[in-house]
Amino acid sequence: MVSTNDILETIKMIQEENLDIRTITMGISLLDCIDSDIDAACGKIYEKMMRVAENHVKTGEEIEKRYGIPIINKRISVTPIAMLAASAKGSPVKFARVLQKVAEGTGVNYIGGYSALVHKGFAAGDRELIESIPEALSETSNVCSSVNIGSTRAGINMDAVRLMGEIILKSAKATENDHCFGAAKIVVFCNAVEDNPFMAGAFHGIGEPDTVINVGVSGPGVVRAALAKMPDADISEIAETIKKTAFKITRMGQLVGTEASKALGVPFGIVDLSLAPTPAVGDSVAHILEEMGLERCGAYGTTAALALLNDAVKKGGVMASSQVGGLSGAFIPVSEDAGMIEAASCGALGLEKLEAMTAVCSVGLDMVVVPGDTSPAVISGLIADEAAIGMVNSKTTAVRVIPAIGMKEGETLEFGGLFGSGPVMKINGFDCSKFISRGGRIPAPLQSLKN
Amino acid sequence: MKAVVAVIGKDTVGILAKISAICADCNANVMDVTQTIMQDMFAMTMLIDISGCTSDYGTLAERLKKSGEEMNLQVHVMHEDIFNSMHRI
Repeated sequence: MVSTNDILETIKMIQEENLDIRTITMGISLLDCIDSDIDAACGKIYEKMMRVAENHVKTGEEIEKRYGIPIINKRISVTPIAMLAASAKGSPVKFARVLQKVAEGTGVNYIGGYSALVHKGFAAGDRELIESIPEALSETSNVCSSVNIGSTRAGINMDAVRLMGEIILKSAKATENDHCFGAAKIVVFCNAVEDNPFMAGAFHGIGEPDTVINVGVSGPGVVRAALAKMPDADISEIAETIKKTAFKITRMGQLVGTEASKALGVPFGIVDLSLAPTPAVGDSVAHILEEMGLERCGAYGTTAALALLNDAVKKGGVMASSQVGGLSGAFIPVSEDAGMIEAASCGALGLEKLEAMTAVCSVGLDMVVVPGDTSPAVISGLIADEAAIGMVNSKTTAVRVIPAIGMKEGETLEFGGLFGSGPVMKINGFDCSKFISRGGRIPAPLQSLKN
Repeated sequence: MKAVVAVIGKDTVGILAKISAICADCNANVMDVTQTIMQDMFAMTMLIDISGCTSDYGTLAERLKKSGEEMNLQVHVMHEDIFNSMHRI
């Protein structure tokens, strides 16, 4: 029998340290739903998704009960909708509406994949889909969108960067009465991954099987609690402890994923080894960094501490799972992390430091609230900078900024629930519109002579 | 299938008796019991075999939890595999 200490440790992690499975995401390919008649395509989408994901939520709840481990979200990702929009005439918003209907029918809380991949250029359907994003996101509540505008192999599509600055602002304006939440449902990626289970950036890549189960684990609270027990340890010991903790967390994700895949008869894809924070007290990535010895997240040393954390989480997790994928690493969404909110509110953490942190963490500028009067070109400039970090470093970077319409720096935009609240951060408003309006493509970077 | 029943709280008379009575009532075989008392905090872990269980897993878990609440104790019922996967390579 497992020892009492191990049993009690697991229970403590779940009860007191907010250990949970953040999401079980079912990826569903919609390539067989493509039709030149948009209404026929929507009909096929509804039929297939309702059939395949019928028991998704129920299965998740059963696993939750059997293992006594909370599974916070059950979600679905689909083939980038731009591919379906390519052959169908008519407004792509119809696809968003059918996805919303599926979300309500299956009981999942988000469906990701209202997406386009345009890192090298726009194909049929891409531009129409991107331009329809503000309308699609204001009309639906459970559909998420993402656009990949760059990659290490292709460079950065600056026409798409320019367009996305405008789209983010329009989405915020279209949902002004709903905390500008439209903008929180769009992610602009560089090097997007095909098997990401986390929203808002999840989509089902075209290299994936017909259906797949991906799992995202969480547990910043567990890592922090482990570090709190070793106040005088040196950094090597801290890295070791994070690895061991990440191993345990990931094993749980692997177990849940395997069980879900067996119960649903859907192949198991990957475990995303992520530390995903929530605004709940004790579930913060920033607090882990502070536990290492920083007065506040954002102080000098933050980037180094985050680099160490991110790497140790991956090293510990890799051995615990048969297949690792997704975004894997520490997330630093500002509004969803109690420590980040405090750090941004008291001035310890600015956008420049956040940008530096994204060079070593798993994703990018996430859930950052900026003043509502920020120009589209400035948002595009922010996207271009973030994409450049991802492109040059061969990693995924993303931008999810929310222009808080009618709000100024220092005010706070409240989302509620898992999305928390975001202080409106200071943004460098100097003009970059000439650079952004040039368009074209930043060539792919050299992969040798690395300095 | 085996499940772990963990009982944590202030020590009181009849904890083991009440928990094991519910297991017996549902035909769940108690395979192993470990208990420790640190000062007056009681921690018991019990491994039960529920393959011959007459009530379904959810009902058994609920009954055990409820009985724990009556004695002011936390009762957790979890499938054995979660501990095996987290703590063993």
